[in-house]
Formats: sequence, structure tokens, C-alpha cells
Amino acid sequence: MNHLFEIQTASFDYKKKSVLRDFSLTLNAGVFYGIIGPNGCGKSTLIDLMIGHQQPTAGYIHYKGKALNTYPRKMLSREIALVPQNFYINFPFTSQEVVMMGRYPHIARFAAPSDEDNRILQDIMAQTDTLAFANRFITELSGGERQRVIFARALAQDAPVLLLDEATSNLDINHTITVLNMAAERVATQQKTVIAVMQDINLAALFCDELIFMQQGSVAAHGPVKTVLNEEILRSVFQVESKVQFDPYSQAIQVIYKKK
Amino acid sequence: MLSAGSQLVLLLLLLAIVIVISAGMGYIKIPFFDVLRIVAGRVTGYDGWLAGIDKLYPVVVVDVRLPRILTAAIVGAGLAVSGAVFQGILLNPLADPYTLGVSAGAAFGASLAILFNIGFMGTWSVPLLAFTGAVSTLFFVIYLSSDGGGLSSNNLILSGIIVAAILSAGISFLKYVADEQVSVIIFWLMGSFGSKTWVDVILTFVCVGLGFGVFVFFSRDLNLLSLGNRTASSLGVDTKKAPLALLVTASLVSAVCVSVSGIIGFVGLLVPHIVRSVTGPDNRKLIPVSLLAGAILLLCADTVTRAVLPNEIPIGVITALVGGPFFCYIFRKRQKTGG
Repeated sequence: MNHLFEIQTASFDYKKKSVLRDFSLTLNAGVFYGIIGPNGCGKSTLIDLMIGHQQPTAGYIHYKGKALNTYPRKMLSREIALVPQNFYINFPFTSQEVVMMGRYPHIARFAAPSDEDNRILQDIMAQTDTLAFANRFITELSGGERQRVIFARALAQDAPVLLLDEATSNLDINHTITVLNMAAERVATQQKTVIAVMQDINLAALFCDELIFMQQGSVAAHGPVKTVLNEEILRSVFQVESKVQFDPYSQAIQVIYKKK
Repeated sequence: MLSAGSQLVLLLLLLAIVIVISAGMGYIKIPFFDVLRIVAGRVTGYDGWLAGIDKLYPVVVVDVRLPRILTAAIVGAGLAVSGAVFQGILLNPLADPYTLGVSAGAAFGASLAILFNIGFMGTWSVPLLAFTGAVSTLFFVIYLSSDGGGLSSNNLILSGIIVAAILSAGISFLKYVADEQVSVIIFWLMGSFGSKTWVDVILTFVCVGLGFGVFVFFSRDLNLLSLGNRTASSLGVDTKKAPLALLVTASLVSAVCVSVSGIIGFVGLLVPHIVRSVTGPDNRKLIPVSLLAGAILLLCADTVTRAVLPNEIPIGVITALVGGPFFCYIFRKRQKTGG
């Protein structure tokens, strides 16, 4: 059985500055991964490499046993979906039109959406609680509403791999949990893989199966939550003092911080 | 709301009517049905259609008016679609075919040709140098704004503004040293469809037609690009090639339009703006509708200056004088309603 992603000594330089250095990581299908690290440690760059938006300057990335850059773009778009960090859309597309864009990889260039595409659209928008503004312009939505539409757009893509790049940064706690639940459910029931860059370590510990700590462009630690999440790793990666313990209420390992 | 298909059919019909009506308008008034009969006669080659029509009319319609009318319509179409595409790629609803300095480059090339009386290509020398100026400006702007990782829209707009400013100063200098030729330069810069021939019609038709084909092919990718480069990339768009192909094609289309007609502002900015409020921003509807709306609009403007006003006013002046305030109006309205 091939690994889903196999990143081998990959490096990436941006404007002569090294962002990733000899980065190696192996990821398997059917797992919820959380990527955690301080600002500027190369998390977004890693995502860019994994969707094939950027090419590593050295090393290689294999996806399902084949070099990532040998996949045609169109085929890759049916394999890997991305929810990017928050951004602005300058044109007044309706929310529904934006979610339908997630179906484009499944629809021929000049064809109209099929009944199946419309059914998926309705389903996803109902699940993500976005039907209420289906016909409103994306330009008029609040940051959180827009982020849910973008999340719905990625789910509509119906790809086996879902990359979340701080996809919940603008959501209230209710919608954050809803969105992460939907992602976790797809991992549990449909063998999908979620790779989420997250800032909130407690949410990551609650939802993820495995955590990857990144520091200065390389992996500081990688493994199941209960083996890697501890006081030492938080001290060395984030320079914070904390207490890490199993919390019986959430049934997960949780972190408590101390003022500096 | 009409479906996209019926909108197109209606606009096409409207364009045909406007063409026939304006072919009858002018110093010599020719009845509507005579215009139709003349066209039918020329197309079928059957002289029976022309029975009872003044011998002069077919010459006026076919050799004088239609080339000008069709060139105006095609240039309007070309400026409007390339405006829509520029707005899409640069993620900026205020971009137009001239944002990247294409017009300044064309104007500089044309001014040079006029000033030094360059005539190695006969009457084609000015358009040819205008085209060369436009295209070299475009590539310089792209070179200036590329950072190896693809094109950023802010960089492109900024480079376009800088290069256009330098070229404008160059044009001012050329005008200053031009002496008696200065009026020729100024007149060219203000745009005109006077004395266009069938060669102009065919040239612009082929270029705008090919460009339109490229735009339609990439129109869905253009939708995705408005979600940002990373997302577009994850949805299967080649974010290095697709924007570049669109950018170069749109610039070539507008460069051809400018070199044939001079600088005609506001069509490329205004038409996609108005059309977007009807069709929405989906480029698969926006681009074809802009094509026809641009054709109708510029043809009407040219007919007004040619046949309605007592004296012909340069077309570029008309579009700016009417389009500018109109743009202020819709811009202000949008600020208030947020739509």
C-alpha cells in the first residue's frame, strides 16, 4: 500500500530566502492531520507544495506513489481540495455560484451542471448552513459567512484529500466546531484525509488524529496527539509555559497556558 | 430575467438593426429597405435586388459607409471584451484595455511615425508603428512586474501606470518638437473611423474573432482566478499559463483596435461594468454579452458623430465626454447602494 503523501527532503526558497529546508513527511489516507507551528514557519508554503501550486526547489513530493508534478492539473483538482486563508473576492458572484465553482473539476469546460451537481450543491450548502445566503453576493457577506461559503466550495469539490489553511480563523466557536466536525466525519466514514493548518492547539488536539509541529521550515515532531503533544514541544516550538493534561470533559488532551 | 441565450440573440438582432439604420444615415439619406436590398444584391450577386435604386447608393453604402460602420462595431466589440478580460485577470473592476499602457505605447508609436513621416508601409505605417509600440510596451510591463512566481495584479497595474506616464511625457516631447505635424498627431490620438476600408474590417474582424475564441475558451478559468491564485490552482487552473495567455491576447486585441482607430477611451471600462450589472460576473455570460454591447455602443457613438452632429467630433472625445460622467454616476450610485 502506497502512502498518500511522501515528501522527501523537499526545500523551497522564496526570493533567495529558504522557507522549507530538507523537509520530510509521510502522510497516510484516512487520517485527520493537524499542522501546528509559529507564524512564518512555512506552513502555507507546505500547503502550496502539496496542491502543486509551487514546485520544491529540491527534493520531491509523491502523491499516491507518483511524483506530484506528473499529475495533470485537472486530475489533481479532483484529488485535492483547498480551503485557503481568508481573502477578498472583488466580483459580486452569488454564494451559490462560488460553491458551484467547486464542481468545475467534474464538469466539462463548456457543459452545464448536471442534476447530480445541483443536488450536491444543495446538500453541501444545507450542511454548511449557507443556504440562507445562497443568492446573496459573496462581496456583501461577513468574513465568517464568506469563509463558510469557501469551505462549502471545497467540500463540493468532493476530493479524497481536504487541505484546510487556517480555514476557521474567522468563524465563531459554533461554526468552527460544525466545520471541523464535518471534516472529521468525512475522515471517519468516507476514508477521506484532512490536513489542517491550525492556530488553536486545543481544537487541534480535540479533532486531529496526528499532529505535525513545524519550526523554521522543518518538522519538529510528528505523531499521534497523545505522544507528541506535551509541555516540552510547546516550550521548544512556541517558547510558552503550559500544562498539558487529559481532560475528561472533552475526552481529549488539552493545554492550559500561563501568563509570561 | 432573460436567459443568457436569448440575451445574445436579442443583442445580435439589435446590432444588425443598428448597422442597417446607420448605413442609411448621413449626408445622403438612404431608406432602410434600400440598404437591405443593396446588401442582399452584393451578397447574392443578383442585380435584380438593385432595380430602381440610384446608381450612387450602392457605392455609398458598400464602399464608404459599411467599412466604417463595421470597423467601429468590431473595434467596440474588441475593446469591450478585452476590458472584461483585463478586469477579470487584474481582479480589478476599474481596469480597462489601456491599464497596462497599451494605449500610451500605441500613441507613442503613432506619434513617432507621424513626426518622422515614416512611410515605408504606405498608409499602414502609422497603424503598424502604433501596434509595435503597444506590444513592446506590454512586454516591457510584463517583464517589469514578473517576480519569477507568476504575475501579481498589483505589480502589473503599477508597472502599467509607470510606463504609461513615461510614454506620455515622451509623447508631449514629440508634440513639442513636431511643429506643423502636431495637429496630425493630436487628431490621431483622439481617434477616428473616417476613411476606413474593407481591409480594416477584415483585419480587425480576424483579430477580435480569434481573441474572442481564446477568451471564451478560458472564461471558466477566469471565474476561478477571481477566487485567488492558490484556490484557482487547486481547482485545476494553470495559474502561470492561463493569465498570461489571456493577458497577451487581450492586449493584442486592444493593440489592433487602437492602431486602427486611435485611442478610444471608456468603452473597455464602461461596457463590462454595465453588462456585469445585468449578467452578473460569470465570465461565460459577461464576455459574449460585452462583445455585442460594445459593438452596438461604439457604432451608435460613431453614427452620432458622423451623421447626427453638424460637425464631426473625434470619436475618442465623444466616448470620454459621455462615458466619463456616466461612469461617475454609476460609480456614485454603487457607493450609496453597495450593489
